[in-house]
Amino acid sequence: MNALRRIFGVIWILFAIVCAYFLSTFGVPKFTSGTREGIVFGIIILFILMPLTVAGLAVFGYYSIMGEYDENKMIEK
Amino acid sequence: MDKQKNKSNMWGVVGASASGTLIEWYDFFIFGSMASILSEKFFPHTNPSAAFLSILATFGAGFVVRPFGGIIFGRLGDMIGRKYTFMVTLLLMGVSTCLIGLVPEYETIGYLAPLLVLLLRLLQGLALGGEYGGAATYVAEHSKKGTRGFWTSWIQTSASIGMLISLAVIFITRHSMSPENFDAWGWRIPFWASIFMIYISYVIRRRMSESPAFAKAKSEGATSKNPLKESFGNRYNLKFVLLALFGPVIAQGVVWYTGHFYAMNFMENTMAVDSGQVITIMAVALLLGSPFYTLFGWLSDKIGRKLVLMAGMLLAILCFRPIYKSMYETTDLTKKTELTSKSTATAELYQTESTLDSIYTTQKFYDDGTVLKEVTTVDLGQSGASKMEEDKKIVSTTKAITVPSSAKWKLIFLVFIQIVFGTLTYSPLAAFLVELFPVRIRYTSFSVPYNVGIGIMGGLLPAVSVFLVTNARKMGDPAFYLQGLWYPIVLAAISLLITMIYITKKMTALHTE
Repeated sequence: MNALRRIFGVIWILFAIVCAYFLSTFGVPKFTSGTREGIVFGIIILFILMPLTVAGLAVFGYYSIMGEYDENKMIEK
Repeated sequence: MDKQKNKSNMWGVVGASASGTLIEWYDFFIFGSMASILSEKFFPHTNPSAAFLSILATFGAGFVVRPFGGIIFGRLGDMIGRKYTFMVTLLLMGVSTCLIGLVPEYETIGYLAPLLVLLLRLLQGLALGGEYGGAATYVAEHSKKGTRGFWTSWIQTSASIGMLISLAVIFITRHSMSPENFDAWGWRIPFWASIFMIYISYVIRRRMSESPAFAKAKSEGATSKNPLKESFGNRYNLKFVLLALFGPVIAQGVVWYTGHFYAMNFMENTMAVDSGQVITIMAVALLLGSPFYTLFGWLSDKIGRKLVLMAGMLLAILCFRPIYKSMYETTDLTKKTELTSKSTATAELYQTESTLDSIYTTQKFYDDGTVLKEVTTVDLGQSGASKMEEDKKIVSTTKAITVPSSAKWKLIFLVFIQIVFGTLTYSPLAAFLVELFPVRIRYTSFSVPYNVGIGIMGGLLPAVSVFLVTNARKMGDPAFYLQGLWYPIVLAAISLLITMIYITKKMTALHTE
């Protein structure tokens, strides 16, 4: 299971890139739509949701690859 | 005897915590449920700046402010204690809600009205962000090992009941006075009612003692000096924060929101079901579904949190599309036979301050008992001359479908199933999060991923789904109405995978203190 967790770490990092692409294609048109609602919504997507999701998934993937979720690392030393 | 005393004490703890959380949810939902009247009174669409403040109030309080509430009150709760912190969130919510009911209308004080309402709505969001983590932590820290799932599930129940009560209070207020009185001042009553409920809850909470685990940590000097740094600056804790967020929390956010809000919007907007019937369907489904919170909370104590959480995610992934397809077919008029002999059409004139409107009402009846009512309002201008042939003079067209009793019960059942999925993903969540983090940083580490996952990921569900549906419709997809479901389905699938691979039995019992 530890090996599987590490392998999936790569997938989460790739998924972070996919999320960045998807959220950009969704957020940029909103941000540049010219409507007030679109701008507010675009700001939320691009400057709140995207950093949280992309950075969060990337760090999660990195920790997975580094073995932070291995069984022997569950208890704080 | 001691066992009996402990149990009765636990009911007191749960009662004090859940009643406050329930009232906070009531306060939060009342704003959403009254959105149209609030918009009319404070954020007139004819004024772009006021309308802009309305958008900020909707998005800001729902998505952005809640995680900040988690940070601010989580930090306080880990430093000065759970009890005082969640009393502050309770008072903040109650006072903000009551004050919304006191703000003079836009017509009276101009821009100050929407500004004040925006500020109060943001305070509501902050309070909500800090409340749930405190109440769940407080209850969990009072519960004995092996019973946390059951006791904390009562806190989860409060969200559904809060929504139910908000619908009921609005319904009763609306039906206990004339529409003119409700429009003039009656809409303020549900906001004022909050202060009485908050006061009662405050008095109950004030009598409660601090959580035993926190009191012990404080007496030993083991509380955190900087919970934020310890939660997010320490790799050991941060990895659990991320795991909680991308694992069960996001899944819970999207599955719960789909069953509660997406279902309601889908029935009202996509299926065009009469709004009165939608409220009844939601209310009955919520009532029937709420006992499942405690059932699955109890079950998670017996068979483990992971299995219950995964069952909710898997069922939602597999069933959402068939459920919504079945819901849509209930009001699909192309598959019904119209009883043309029963159809009616009426027209009446309505004089507004500046113009004369003509209101055309048509009613169509179908063989299964479904009734379609269409109301078209046409602006006749000052002269009163008919401009029916000019499309731009049609002010509005509303469509409402009244479904027969059998279809109503079918819809209740389909919404109820979704609420049960929500209870599966929500019931064990508080106990799971509490056991993932140590007492010294528990309130902070619990509140932040919870509010990000539910506030932001769950809160964006309607907007992202509308985007997906609109795109599918543009591309001519015949099943366009189902495409909005990809957002909760994909997120729940990712969460299921993460929960399955990364969450272990050892992890779900890391901190049982």
